[in-house]
Amino acid sequence: MIEQRFDAIVVGAGPSGNAAAYTMATAGLKVLQLERGEYPGSKNVQGAILYASALEKIIPDFRDDAPLERHVIEQRLWTMDDASHVGVHYRSSDFNEERPNRYTILRAQFDKWFSRRVRDAGAILLCETTVTELLRDPAGRVIGVRTDRDGGTAFADIVVLGEGVNGLVGQRSGLRPELKPDNVALAVKEMHFLPRETIESRFNLKQDEGVVIEAMGTITAGMTGTAFLYTNQESISIGIGCLVSDFAENQQTPYGLLEAFKNHPSIKPLLENAECKEYVAHLIPEGGYNAIPELYGDGWIVVGDAGQFVNAVHREGSNLAMTTGRIAGETIVALKQRHQAMSKANLAEYRRRLDETFVMKDLKKYRKIPAFLHRNKQIFGLYPKLFAGAAQTWLRVDGIDKRTKEKEILKSFRKGRTLPGLIGDAFNFARSWR
Amino acid sequence: MHIVVCMKQVPDSAQIRVHPVTNTIMRQGVPTIINPYDLFALEEAMRLRDQFGGEVTVLTMGPPMAEDSLRKALTFGADRAVLLTDRTFAGSDTLATSFALASALSKIGEVFGPPSLVFTGKQTIDGDTAQVGPGIAKRLALHQLTYVARIVALDPDAATITVERRAEGGIQVLSTRLPALITMLEGVNEIRRGTLESAYRAACAEIVIWNAAAAGIGDLGKCGLRGSPTIVKKVFAPSPRAEKVQQLPTADLPAEAVAESVIREIFKRQPAIEGDLVRFSAGQ
Ligand SMILES: Cc1cc2nc3c(=O)[nH]c(=O)nc-3n(C[C@H](O)[C@H](O)[C@H](O)COP(=O)(O)OP(=O)(O)OC[C@H]3O[C@@H](n4cnc5c(N)ncnc54)[C@H](O)[C@@H]3O)c2cc1C
Repeated sequence: MIEQRFDAIVVGAGPSGNAAAYTMATAGLKVLQLERGEYPGSKNVQGAILYASALEKIIPDFRDDAPLERHVIEQRLWTMDDASHVGVHYRSSDFNEERPNRYTILRAQFDKWFSRRVRDAGAILLCETTVTELLRDPAGRVIGVRTDRDGGTAFADIVVLGEGVNGLVGQRSGLRPELKPDNVALAVKEMHFLPRETIESRFNLKQDEGVVIEAMGTITAGMTGTAFLYTNQESISIGIGCLVSDFAENQQTPYGLLEAFKNHPSIKPLLENAECKEYVAHLIPEGGYNAIPELYGDGWIVVGDAGQFVNAVHREGSNLAMTTGRIAGETIVALKQRHQAMSKANLAEYRRRLDETFVMKDLKKYRKIPAFLHRNKQIFGLYPKLFAGAAQTWLRVDGIDKRTKEKEILKSFRKGRTLPGLIGDAFNFARSWR
Repeated sequence: MHIVVCMKQVPDSAQIRVHPVTNTIMRQGVPTIINPYDLFALEEAMRLRDQFGGEVTVLTMGPPMAEDSLRKALTFGADRAVLLTDRTFAGSDTLATSFALASALSKIGEVFGPPSLVFTGKQTIDGDTAQVGPGIAKRLALHQLTYVARIVALDPDAATITVERRAEGGIQVLSTRLPALITMLEGVNEIRRGTLESAYRAACAEIVIWNAAAAGIGDLGKCGLRGSPTIVKKVFAPSPRAEKVQQLPTADLPAEAVAESVIREIFKRQPAIEGDLVRFSAGQ
């Protein structure tokens, strides 16, 4: 047992746990942070794009020394069929601003840096220490944690659960239900190393500029999911993910999908001569607003992926993790300063504060999207094919007049899906987007 | 009983890459670990402490970031950590390293009490010399027990120790008087995980940090590059001997035809061999 009693124990040193620990430690609270990995970031997986605004609110000068790879100046959105892609590219020199808005990062390095800042702020971090259980008093209030180390208990006024998507502590303690296969995606990712200059010439970049590609289509074999390719300084991150329930139903393997994606004619040349160095797999909570579990109780509070805070449509997760971590931290600091107990009633302030932020507003706006995508698989198979076919018909110069071509395109759409089906999809999509 | 364990932070050799173009070792981004052999020494030292009472001090010479390794040792359960760090130590060979460590050990003796036992690992995985332990023993006139596989008996009051030492051709059983220096063999024990308490103590602990002056080293000529007669003339990566594996079709072929096709492939890749063979058989 650790004799010292803490104001707060934080489980996990990912973006959510770090944001919470940092916020509390800078306010002078005694914080103990426990991380099961060998070092922060050793087990963490992300694309990864860092959204600056969420981190700026925590560490305004993070650009001075955070390990950032490239700032994103170009976004490509692709729908792909087996041989081609139709894409929208947005590139702007506005993104070369002094304080860029989005960066690619490598989580292992980024988490280490963030953790250094957390410890400099005064929090005590113990790695290779897994929290196994929450400790409760006879009244059921959470009063501390048990760890997998000998003599492994520690006590605090509140336990902040930043344990990630598959947070077993919360599940085992009955704070939230087990993950449902249709609420969580399984994503795999590889790192491919290439010399800087090659990346810059291949993607038409100047120093530190970056490109990201987000893709959907037949690459997920009809399942609900997306793929991505991000440029780092000297490597490319590439990955693909689909709902766990879809993998089970379709007998597909994530690795098989990734292999096919890498060999797609639109992707393959981008990876030519690269050396693959790392293969990882991770879950992403994608249930959205409706899957958010209970977020607080007597002596405990949930932040980040553990609370299902991911906006799957925009692939935002770490920023929601940091924001929920910060706001949980601020709530705890406020209660502490007012000498209020860490009770369920008082912690309701956390939810009230969250409701005011983009986190809850965005998740609420998209609350119908997960169900929509789950029910409308044609988005991932049929439409990409139709778009590609249309583009091909339109662009091929073969002596056929344009009006006939237009008719052909229309016909292909009508054949692929009935007119009411087409209209219905558009309508339903618009409705769930609203 | 005071026991000091000398350890070194080394690059994790399992993860070192050689730059494909320049053939130099790429140290950047390679994680560092405690020299694996030193962990056997540390565990053995802690077992003696647990049995006979006393303290274990870990000592390392290295850059400031070697502090990470010391904290890890504290997490495992060491009681105190001393970091010897100074630019003048840069470029030390085994002679200069054993000088600096021996000086620091004397200082540790003055400040925290003289050690009855000093442990080191058998050797490091980055230098592989196995010279530093014996060098320290010689400088401090400690009885020297190298390649120890087992500590058979220790009597702190009589100040005697008996160990099994692995030698060529067998096991030697050696007894000597304390203070002694032991270099520990691998595989003799397993480092403990450390309790939650020790992990917490490690995170909060003040590491004792000494530069050359603080360690009482006056003669800087014996330190670092200046004190190192060893000169590294050249570093090179051996060129890989084997090319990629190639499979030749053998199905249904008679043995001679298979042999023929194998030899032909070899000659295609190594024309020199063909020439040698031709010359050889002509000579016959
Ligand atoms: C392939 C992929 C791509 C993604 N791309 C992006 C992207 O581009 N941009 C973006 O913003 N988000 C992205 N995300 C989402 C983002 O990674 C997560 O939202 C974010 O990491 C959540 O942070 P967290 O702190 O809640 O959880 P995590 O980062 O998962 O951290 C949880 C930490 O808790 C530790 N832990 C767990 N259990 C215990 C325990 N019992 N005891 C002690 N420690 C424990 C873990 O080791 C881990 O360090 C992506 C996710 C994936 C999988």
